[in-house]
Amino acid sequence: MTVLSLDGVTAGYGSTPVLREIDLAIEAGEIVGVVGKNGVGKTTLMKTVTGLLEPTAGTITYDGRDVTGLTADARARSGIGYIPQGRDIFPDLTVEQNLRMGEHVNADGDVTRYEEVYDLFPVLEERAGQDGGTLSGGQQQMLAIGRALVGDPDLLLLDEPSEGVQPSIVDQISEDIRAINDELGTTVLFVEQNLGVIQTMADRCYAMERGTIVDELTSAEIADEDAIASHLAI
Amino acid sequence: MVNGLNLAFQYLQGFSVLVLAAVGLAIIFGIMGVINLAHGEFIMVGAYATVFGYHDLGLPLVASMALAVGVTAAFGMVVERLLIKRTYGRLFDSMVVTLGLSLVLSQGMLVLRGTSEPSVPTPFGTISYGAFSQSVYRVALALAAVAVLVGVYWLFTRTEYGIRARATIQDEGTARALGVRTERVYSTTFAIGSALAGLAGALLAPIVSVTPTMGGTYLVKSFVVVVVGGPSVVLGTGLSGGLLGAVDAVVTNVYGQTAGSIVLLVVTVVVIRFFQDGVTGFTDRVRDRLAREGT
Repeated sequence: MTVLSLDGVTAGYGSTPVLREIDLAIEAGEIVGVVGKNGVGKTTLMKTVTGLLEPTAGTITYDGRDVTGLTADARARSGIGYIPQGRDIFPDLTVEQNLRMGEHVNADGDVTRYEEVYDLFPVLEERAGQDGGTLSGGQQQMLAIGRALVGDPDLLLLDEPSEGVQPSIVDQISEDIRAINDELGTTVLFVEQNLGVIQTMADRCYAMERGTIVDELTSAEIADEDAIASHLAI
Repeated sequence: MVNGLNLAFQYLQGFSVLVLAAVGLAIIFGIMGVINLAHGEFIMVGAYATVFGYHDLGLPLVASMALAVGVTAAFGMVVERLLIKRTYGRLFDSMVVTLGLSLVLSQGMLVLRGTSEPSVPTPFGTISYGAFSQSVYRVALALAAVAVLVGVYWLFTRTEYGIRARATIQDEGTARALGVRTERVYSTTFAIGSALAGLAGALLAPIVSVTPTMGGTYLVKSFVVVVVGGPSVVLGTGLSGGLLGAVDAVVTNVYGQTAGSIVLLVVTVVVIRFFQDGVTGFTDRVRDRLAREGT
């Protein structure tokens, strides 16, 4: 079953399109990466899927439903969990309050996943009463992931999970996302330019250049460093 | 001793008026970034609703005050839907719209009810000492002001609405992408700010003359408190009300009310000259510095 598909999606800021006629489709249970160098439009793609940016053309279909005209909050409530780039947690809310904000992401009633989140990231339970802004970079990334997971999303969107996080934690986070996908069956779409993350996480990849999809890579091609390197800043 | 008591009562009233008048403005500005220039008129509407409930409907005073809070909250919701909603993110537009609204409200009330209202009685009686007597209501007012600050603190730190509102101020885009209905947060916030303005009007109705143009005075006072208070709504309003209330009380006690108002503005200019982000901007910096030295 196709969870998310974009057909001919064009979007940008003002009159300058950043994304041009993007086509992609993600099946249930997959982990799909969109790879590309800085400035190719990866974050813009994420914002268009979440609904923070309105496309000027094309259709976004989620869970069999056209959501192109839906606001970001309505899309989130239909089960899309978003993990923004960098450390976009709420710094002045406690860890526990940050997690509670994720409860809105809930397509099917009142399921919450605090137990699973605390199992994955015990540090979040230890520091539940602390302000989010006092956590280290890696812990903030864990909090952002935990926050998106608490509402039991059907689709998880990650915007460059490796950005601003030290390498040892990047590895752990990539493995955690794989584990989440295995155990909960959550479908994952992520954008990234870190080779290690892509190789650990992705079942397959789209390669982006200058706002369009230029290539599709199978898992064998992802494993082949030479094949994928041309799409990254290596 | 006697003069000290007079001063203390004067201070209690000055502090209460400043805090009660400002807290609604502070919430609306702090969370929505909207400067509501009709805030004084919301206070006026609250005072009128109290008088209307007490004299025209024959309700007990407490019920009239509760009616005033309900009326201003509902009025705020309507105003948000019809006017404020269209100006989000455009500060100057919202200022022009609310300035226009303030004129319509004060002139409209003049047409509707004339220039003055019968007074409502001041509850709780008086206490006498020496040649003076003071209304106990002034003490009650100060308690109410503190209770409002505590209530607002509780609202923003302990309730679901409060946490959503704070998430929305910190990062609106992320809040929306997590499913928070930010439009609803804004309309609730405006209604709460309006209700607090109505409460201020209701509580002040027994001790001030209720007129259609009374709002202007309170707008200036609220503004000064919010500017001096800085970014933190509760701590800022409390500290700034405490500081400016003291200045106001001392100067008014010695030189009269006009001098009190002038000195209030001078103190504000001085505070802003040295602490651009108000008293709580300063306390935040001190706290950060202490935290850094501590580690």
